[in-house]
Amino acid sequence: MNFFKQGDFYIMANIISDETIEYVGILAKLELSEDEKEQAKKDMGSMLDYIDKLGELDTSGVEPMSHVFPVNNIFREDVVTNGDDSRNILSNAPEEKDGSFVVPKTFD
Amino acid sequence: MSKEYETVIGLEVHVELATKTKIFCGCSTAFGGAPNTHTCPVCTGMPGSLPVLNKQVVEYAAAVGIATGCTINRFCRFDRKNYFYPDNPQNYQISQLYLPICQNGGISIETPEGGKKTVGIHEIHMEEDAGKLVHDEWGEASLVDFNRSGVPLIEIVSEPDMRSAEEVIAYLEKLRLIIQYLGASDCKLNEGSMRADVNLSVREKGSSEFGTRTETKNLNSFKAIARAIANERERQIDIIESGEKVVQETRRWDDTKEYSYPMRSKEDAQDYRYFPEPDLVPVIISDEWFNEIKAKQPELRDEKMVRYKEQYGLPDYDIDIITANKKLADIFEETVSLGSSPKKVSNWLMVETMYLLKEKGMEPDKVTFSPANLAKLIKLTDERVINGNVAKEVFEKIFDEDIDPEAYVKENGLMSVSDEGELKAVIEKVIAANPKSVEDINSGKLKAMGFLVGQTMKEMKGKADPASVNKILKELLGI
Ligand SMILES: [Zn+2]
Repeated sequence: MNFFKQGDFYIMANIISDETIEYVGILAKLELSEDEKEQAKKDMGSMLDYIDKLGELDTSGVEPMSHVFPVNNIFREDVVTNGDDSRNILSNAPEEKDGSFVVPKTFD
Repeated sequence: MSKEYETVIGLEVHVELATKTKIFCGCSTAFGGAPNTHTCPVCTGMPGSLPVLNKQVVEYAAAVGIATGCTINRFCRFDRKNYFYPDNPQNYQISQLYLPICQNGGISIETPEGGKKTVGIHEIHMEEDAGKLVHDEWGEASLVDFNRSGVPLIEIVSEPDMRSAEEVIAYLEKLRLIIQYLGASDCKLNEGSMRADVNLSVREKGSSEFGTRTETKNLNSFKAIARAIANERERQIDIIESGEKVVQETRRWDDTKEYSYPMRSKEDAQDYRYFPEPDLVPVIISDEWFNEIKAKQPELRDEKMVRYKEQYGLPDYDIDIITANKKLADIFEETVSLGSSPKKVSNWLMVETMYLLKEKGMEPDKVTFSPANLAKLIKLTDERVINGNVAKEVFEKIFDEDIDPEAYVKENGLMSVSDEGELKAVIEKVIAANPKSVEDINSGKLKAMGFLVGQTMKEMKGKADPASVNKILKELLGI
């Protein structure tokens, strides 16, 4: 699949299959229309192409980084500091009942 | 069935840690609060909130790892496990995948055949619990309470080393005692502070290949675990025998129907897309910290069992019962340290305490009486101030209300009567009233003695000293 991006002729290296977009839709709990699926395939492809640029670098022997700062061991002591803030917390609920968040009927 | 099959079982055990606060915020972990009263922006996944790790969680997890022979990873990290479910407000669970805190341990269990074997522990990792979903009976909705959201858990993943339900239960009991001794959790299956998921596959006996395994969840008691294992083994054998293939899936056990069913459909693909948790910095356990945790490890059950035999000379039977609960072992040791005879303390714990616990439907760790009062009671019986029957009565009072037995005995006039004159008068009366028994005794049926002692006790309202009664009775009967 070819497409033009910012005037450059660009061949998308990552082709997203119908199965993949279907699967990602399930994981993300999104229902997409056919048009949206096509658009999402293009977007994901170009995102992956962009990320692929990183693959051009030789990173052998480099520790994967999970945190930007060289900090470790940030702890809390095991002491209760929070009281009942349920009114405040529940004000974020789209719907509330009996002090609980209301969500669509869900079974285990 | 022509072929012989072997069951291969591994367990994933979740244990709720006994911290006062949640793993990443200062909310209380206390049980039974009104819905959402123990919540804050962190444990309800509000955007912009940041988790901060509870140090005690690391210490408990490492303590369990040390006690189960694991290697403690001195550098560990958290990872995000992504999934959508209404009880999970962040849409991810903070867990450990790549660098769990403990790895490669094992515990020794006794097999049903009477031997010993080691069940390997693949890893132990720290993670957070989810909230609780309740179905609204009146509406087309579910209700979410986030009080449990963020409660610290450790997940203990065993190797597939178990071959029967008996071995699984032996492993769980051993694990539970180790963790209870450490004080890291109360480990109650029925209350959910210990949860076991069973990974099970079957294979032809002698085969070295593993079959396809399933994972069974929702097992709330040892009995449910045993039933679910038997059921799943049969189900898989039936599938194999009929020439079909076992599907790798997660199944939910329904203990009332004694049946399990697959939990997730294709629509719920399990793809957690783990990645390192960017909101938490790595944990580094220095030698100093490691040694500190190690120095705090209490004496575990296996060590206690050896010591009780050597130091107190208790029979194996007693040791087994007393050390099966840390609370009982603690009471035992404290009472003995107050000067009571170990065997006598053991008897009060094994017999009367166990009887009252059963009678009242209580767990041993709910025992509240003080060792000092048990020691006093033993002293009162040693000095024959009260007799055995009265002592049992007084013990029940100690068990229920932790009363001071010395004061109680005095206030209620329960002291034994050993005054010869007083006893003699009563016994003479009893002998006169029971000529048949006297005749029996004279003709060699010494059993009738017991009847006369009983009658005397009755006359004395239970407060006679039995040794004195026996002595006087024998004198009067000339035997
Ligand atoms: Zn919180």
